[in-house]
Amino acid sequence: MSATTSLAVSTAVVNAPANPIDIAYLVTGVLFILGLKFLSSPKTARLGNRLAAVGMVIAIAATLLDRHIVSFEWIVIGAVVGGIIGFVAARAVKMTAMPQMVAIFNGAGGGAAALVAASDFLGLAATQSRLTPDQSITIMLSTVIGSLSFAGSIIAFLKLQELMTGRPITFPGQQVVNALILLASLGGCVAVIAGYSLVSAFYVAAGAALLLGVLFVLPIGGADMPVIISLLNACTGMAAAMTGFVLGNNVLIISGALVGASGTLLTVLMGRAMNRPLSNVLFGAFGAHDVTAGAAASGSKGNVRAASVEDVAVMLAYARQVIVVPGYGMAVAQAQHAVRDLATQLEDKGVTVKYAIHPVAGRMPGHMNVLLAEANVPYSSLYDMDDINPEFPRTDVALVIGANDVTNPAARNDKSSPIYGMPILDVDKAEHVVVLKRSMRSGFAGIDNPLYEDPKTVMLFGDARDSVEKLVSAVKSL
Amino acid sequence: MSAHLLIELTIFILAVFVGFEVISKVPAMLHTPLMSATNAIHGIVLVGALLVAGAAIPRLGPVLSVVVVALAAVNVVGGFAVTERMLQMFKPKRSPTDAGGAETQR
Repeated sequence: MSATTSLAVSTAVVNAPANPIDIAYLVTGVLFILGLKFLSSPKTARLGNRLAAVGMVIAIAATLLDRHIVSFEWIVIGAVVGGIIGFVAARAVKMTAMPQMVAIFNGAGGGAAALVAASDFLGLAATQSRLTPDQSITIMLSTVIGSLSFAGSIIAFLKLQELMTGRPITFPGQQVVNALILLASLGGCVAVIAGYSLVSAFYVAAGAALLLGVLFVLPIGGADMPVIISLLNACTGMAAAMTGFVLGNNVLIISGALVGASGTLLTVLMGRAMNRPLSNVLFGAFGAHDVTAGAAASGSKGNVRAASVEDVAVMLAYARQVIVVPGYGMAVAQAQHAVRDLATQLEDKGVTVKYAIHPVAGRMPGHMNVLLAEANVPYSSLYDMDDINPEFPRTDVALVIGANDVTNPAARNDKSSPIYGMPILDVDKAEHVVVLKRSMRSGFAGIDNPLYEDPKTVMLFGDARDSVEKLVSAVKSL
Repeated sequence: MSAHLLIELTIFILAVFVGFEVISKVPAMLHTPLMSATNAIHGIVLVGALLVAGAAIPRLGPVLSVVVVALAAVNVVGGFAVTERMLQMFKPKRSPTDAGGAETQR
């Protein structure tokens, strides 16, 4: 009200009417936050997703009104092509393939963020011999993080889709090579920021970041994928936020920050669920030594007891409480529908059936929950590790379907075990344990599981889906 | 650092805190839909893609202009569609009309 003369200029800026597009962006930001908030309950989660989608539509519509957009041909072609690919892929993908789907979408976002930054850079470099630090730092962060996320996500996709081996890929001096490439990328960034040979330094930084993305996901084993998927998600979020700084666009900053926070939080949660620091996940190449560990372990495999389908069917049908422990093996065999059928049969016979979900079971956070939801298992029957562990001593049969390391008692009592300290599902405390397993190969971490030699454990060998389907008919005929 | 960048940094940091606060309330059961929804949300980079592909002088050239929009569009459309599909499946208990219910009645 009483603006002094010295404040006159800034008051003029402050009093300038707000750009309607920015108001639309504010609405989008609020809708995204509300959408994520509604995702905290399965009852409101769909509404949350739709609110976020509405927010996205508002932001896109508002952007198209921007007077800087003068030509629409590339936009239309790109949007139609991308929209169709995204929609068809999202409709066609099997629920078991969800981790790789999320990875590839994530890569697309990271790649787009890096390209947007690159475009802005090329525009500035064409007119200025040197960028301001504000410009160059944000451009380089966006480019490097986006490229890293793009390349890393593609490798994660290839691994999860089994187009390349899911086992860690390591070579001598890997750490050193990665460090050198990281230095090259940082060197390129510094050169751009300092204003030396702008364009070539930019390409060095971006190219090295792409290579680093490939190399840093190569040594990650399948069991560590939940951590990596979360981390890549955080990276793309951060890249989007940095792109927001580059373009001076608040909605990108807000959305990117939300996603970055979400991905970081999930990464921390997953690391905690495995009791391993992030550095160990990233550089430990966990499971790389499977061949040697497996061979050494196979010597002591004499004491396992294999059971027949009929034996297991009787055990299950006359139990009071059965806890199903699903793992990645259930996803691979696509056994979730058969598992649900089995549970229905057992419930008809008066058996209480619960499901125990380990936080890192599967290949992404919450993987098992989605698969069981697909098979119509009510989410009220799914229990988190902390809630279900006290139940095992009161349980007649723990039915382990394609899970291994998350049930390994060595994590609790063998200090020499590589997974010592990882919180596990206490299946060995149930009265009987039935393990459905394809063969006696060790789990992803390549660690022997003493659970299988426990006198109360019986093994049912074979494809998980096949075994469960046989169990369904055996229980039915009892 | 310009005053403008400081304002943006303020927005960014506050949004990170809001993100942590909101996301920490999401139960483990919904972590996959959460990932996939946040995945769709970072598709907001489509806004940036539109701005650079529709500019008077598209610096990326025709091919990359199409690519940048297409990548971001895959991210947005695929992300929201797949989240919607996933969330449709989360049910509190079996309803009598679905497949599970039908088998119970046999």
